[in-house]
Amino acid sequence: MNAIDNKWIGQRTIRPDGADKVTGRAGYAADNSMPGMIWAKVLRSPHAHANIRSINTAKAEALHGVKAVVTAKDIVDFPLDKSVMLGIQDMRWMCRNIMAREKALFHGHPVAAVAAINEEIAAEACKLIEVDYEVLPHVIEIEDAIRADAPILHDFLRHEGKPSNIAGTMVNKLGDVDVGFAEADVIIERSFKTRPVHQGYIEPQACTVSCTADGHVTIWSSSQGQFMVRAMTSLLTGIAQSNIRAIPAEIGGGFGAKTIIYLEPVAVLLSQKSGRPVKMVMSRDEVFRATGPTSGSMMTVKIGARNDGTIVAAQGTFYLQAGGLPGSPLRGPVGCAFAPYDIANVLSVGFDVVSNRSKVAAYRAPGAPLGAYATECVIDELAEALKIDPLELRLKNIATKGTKAAYGAVFGSITFQETVEAIKNHPHYKAPLEHAPREGVLRGRGVASGFWYNAGGESSAQVNITEDGNVTVTTGHPDIGGSRASIANVTAELLGIEHNRVSVQIGDTASIGFSNLTGGSRATFASAMVVTQSAEKVIGQLKERAAKIWKIDPEAVTWANGEARPAGPNAGQFPPLTLKELAAKANEMGGPVGAGVQLTTTGADPGFATHVVDVEVDVELGIVRVLRYTAAQDVGRALHPSYVEGQIQGGVVQGIGWALSEEYLFDKQGRLDNASFLDYRMPVCSDVPMIEPVMLEIPNPKHPQGVRGVGEAPIVPPLAAISNAVYNALGKRFYSLPMSPPKVLEVLEG
Amino acid sequence: MAKLHVTTTINGEPTEFLCEPNQSVLDVLRNTLGLTGTKEGCGTGDCGACSITLDDRLICSCLVLAPEIEGRQITTIEGMAQGDHLHPLQQKFLEMAALQCGICTPGFLIAAKSLLERNPDPSEAEVRYWLAGNLCRCTGYDKIVRAVLETAAEMRGASR
Repeated sequence: MNAIDNKWIGQRTIRPDGADKVTGRAGYAADNSMPGMIWAKVLRSPHAHANIRSINTAKAEALHGVKAVVTAKDIVDFPLDKSVMLGIQDMRWMCRNIMAREKALFHGHPVAAVAAINEEIAAEACKLIEVDYEVLPHVIEIEDAIRADAPILHDFLRHEGKPSNIAGTMVNKLGDVDVGFAEADVIIERSFKTRPVHQGYIEPQACTVSCTADGHVTIWSSSQGQFMVRAMTSLLTGIAQSNIRAIPAEIGGGFGAKTIIYLEPVAVLLSQKSGRPVKMVMSRDEVFRATGPTSGSMMTVKIGARNDGTIVAAQGTFYLQAGGLPGSPLRGPVGCAFAPYDIANVLSVGFDVVSNRSKVAAYRAPGAPLGAYATECVIDELAEALKIDPLELRLKNIATKGTKAAYGAVFGSITFQETVEAIKNHPHYKAPLEHAPREGVLRGRGVASGFWYNAGGESSAQVNITEDGNVTVTTGHPDIGGSRASIANVTAELLGIEHNRVSVQIGDTASIGFSNLTGGSRATFASAMVVTQSAEKVIGQLKERAAKIWKIDPEAVTWANGEARPAGPNAGQFPPLTLKELAAKANEMGGPVGAGVQLTTTGADPGFATHVVDVEVDVELGIVRVLRYTAAQDVGRALHPSYVEGQIQGGVVQGIGWALSEEYLFDKQGRLDNASFLDYRMPVCSDVPMIEPVMLEIPNPKHPQGVRGVGEAPIVPPLAAISNAVYNALGKRFYSLPMSPPKVLEVLEG
Repeated sequence: MAKLHVTTTINGEPTEFLCEPNQSVLDVLRNTLGLTGTKEGCGTGDCGACSITLDDRLICSCLVLAPEIEGRQITTIEGMAQGDHLHPLQQKFLEMAALQCGICTPGFLIAAKSLLERNPDPSEAEVRYWLAGNLCRCTGYDKIVRAVLETAAEMRGASR
């Protein structure tokens, strides 16, 4: 692969959806409306934990202007004794998550929904619904939930034979850690805690739904997968998938959170009952209270090494807070925490703990930042104890081709080492830390690495030649951060035409084949693969058409620069036929030109990242400021470098928020105490510096364009990198996040 | 309660609408007038997605009541381009990939335009503090800040 030969791949082209987005015309989920549309509101549990004895909706239904009311009895029940999986989601939990069934499991859990002629009447009607609750003791924090005397959320959950809030476990094992630790000269064992953090997308969940009298359902909503919307709505309403058309709106951020739904099935049932189109839009308060943040965590990591720096054993115990229903991303910390290193003896154990907060949802490399936080902080301490540079210690133990990871993989061509060396040789790491400008301010530097699996999976594409000789591409993945721009580059490159002759669309569930979620860092990887194959088929068709016109063998035709040329013995015999000329003759020469590919993609090898950060701590105010940040990552081939950089920069700043300021806080009644952007503190523009991405473009040999997933790995290292930098500044270690001013002051005061 | 009649100017055009006394400007823009380019991210003035200008002052349209714009001038994202000619900020945001999902983009553009009208030569810190009322969760702000600084430089060059 020679990047120099590329005309479009690797260019910073203007995204196909750009003009709509800078002029306010792009249609997001809440921007849609329909004639005759009514509005729905959700009644939510005022208790963190309560049995629901009865729900009386009669007064609400009688209110003038109310058109329909829905409760759990309208939603398909998935009995507790049998798991029904949709991807990684268990429908037993999903049906109870979108509407409380036997119990309200968290403050803000939906209990009923009302559709009315306007939002005010819908809200008024919610107040008229009478719910008879039996309030139960609640439990939020992991350490409380796993106590023997803890209030039990679900009687059917058993751990070690007893009713428990531990809903599941996961174990990754390699070698024998007891043998390994016996060989160690130095062993560091530390425990860590993190708070739940929210994905913080700026667009609240919203949808408009229309059910017609003949049973057809149309859903406009923003999600990370229109096919997930269709499947989950089908399962929860009992309507066949063929009768549901899910149209993907532009999505205003998701970061994993929009891989599940909250509103669509409820809106479908309300639309069915009322015979009217129904619109639902969450408030920010509802987003914080009732949609999934990450798991909070409680973790212990123990690593042993010889004096020469060889790590001989690593052990991790990871308790993750699932919320009211099971489903913590255990494979994140359990599998990723030690994956960057070649360690002979590993024992990594995860526990999924239910408690009375909203159910966990995926967040960018789900769970991986937690495990990396613990491991990479322990490695920093180990490097200090062994008096080895922390990057050298990583290089000494680095996973390379052939390394067996505890989660089972034997790595192919991975490029972790390159990321560590890129940081080691970067001017940032080589430059001495600048002195603090004044007294009361201390500076420090930290490094950390991270791993994410990446994913392939199902993807579909259709490439069509228009009658006037231009190109339309349709894929099935919602474009969450510029993937259409990458697809336009690939298509223009392969067909050898100008970039602006390619139009890229995201198809709805009726117009393109099944495509799995935009998630797992897979959208550009998978769609670039099926688009490449589709474009190659189209080129094959075009060559056949030219051969037919010239009456020569199709094998003797080449395609370059947007035109067919006779080759071999026929070279130069005929003038080239351009795409436009071939399109004009399409009908007479055999019909429309176009091809689609539907594939379960493979070859998404894992991603690695290594980061260095400089921080400044104000010891009087306890404020930690990030001064400089450099993030190196193997990105495979960057089809559109700006959007690859954007993934790295965005992931890092989310990590900065996780490390320094973001956390869910609960009051004594188990209610979220900071359900607003004012009190839940995400980084703002003035909190952060420029983020320097170092893109290592090492083509993935298993992808036709060399693509490697990039979106998730960047959020894995920042938690530990910043924690290590704060230690470097203060000489005091932090073992919990966020390192917010009150906590910094507490540690400083000893 | 009877609805209130409001006469105002939106993106240079005389506009009339009826609203409840407690409706926000944002609600009227989006749900009465069909101007959905202005986004609601929080409804509490914390995210800046609903930024507009009111008589050249940058405001969160979710925090202003609709009857208050009687007789005043409003500019929304829909009024930023002149016909099919994008404002230099809009063009630069596209060229420099200063958006990913794009939901915060209208608010950032309105806020940045308001900054450059006051201060055509802002420092990076001035850009960062001016835009601190606008949340973006995708970009880490890097490319947004660069796009604003670059646009400012170009506009200064053009006006010389």
